[in-house]
Amino acid sequence: MTGFTDTLLASNLASVDSAEAMVVESAAAMGFEEDAQMDLGLAIREAMVNAVAHGNAYSPDKQVRLILEAHGGAIRVTIIDQGQGFDLNQVPDPTQGENLLRESGRGLLLMQAFVDEFSVKRSPAGGAEVVLVKYASETGR
Amino acid sequence: MSARFTTRQVGDVTVIDAVGRITLGEGSALLRDTVKSLVAAGNKKLLMNLGDVSYIDSSGVGELVYSFTTVTSQQGQFKLLNLSKRVEDLLQITKLYTVFEVHDDETRAVRSFS
Repeated sequence: MTGFTDTLLASNLASVDSAEAMVVESAAAMGFEEDAQMDLGLAIREAMVNAVAHGNAYSPDKQVRLILEAHGGAIRVTIIDQGQGFDLNQVPDPTQGENLLRESGRGLLLMQAFVDEFSVKRSPAGGAEVVLVKYASETGR
Repeated sequence: MSARFTTRQVGDVTVIDAVGRITLGEGSALLRDTVKSLVAAGNKKLLMNLGDVSYIDSSGVGELVYSFTTVTSQQGQFKLLNLSKRVEDLLQITKLYTVFEVHDDETRAVRSFS
């Protein structure tokens, strides 16, 4: 299955739900195992929350761009916000003792844990651009 | 399915039966309100039954941490019961498995409260 969609989403929690549902539906159509669908769905959810809440600060004037590419047994999702961007190296490690009991700050950890490839950079416009890739199977890599 | 929390008393232990998805928004807010109300009412032995929770995101994990710190700061105890494989994996990845006391048998879990 091959596919490409480029969607602009409002900066609210409904967009988080719809993005997750859209990507999970594509993964199911491509034959991803149920666990892999849920893993990918969670990673997308975390990336969308990051974009909507931290990047765009729920601003009605800002949008999140979601690019979904399905190709050759892999799904690649790019999520771009209109915030200030961030440096992954500056984000505190939530598994370290002093951060372990913090109530937030685990989203990036979970994104990285539940996809096969993860990267983040500053988009040309200055916001965060997160790329998540998940393969349908180990042999699909 | 959004989250639902119901409570029941087993001796002096309050069991919170959670159902559904604990995610940012309604689910995580509802969990916070539930724990806040219980602690305010003087309940300090809380056992969170996650057996029917299908999904938790980082916000839900954060609410479990909030519950733990809120209860323990009042000299209470907050423990987890019946983790699904997914929730267990989340706690392993976040290294919170070592923070929470986790049980898979309710009777033994209730007895474990001092």
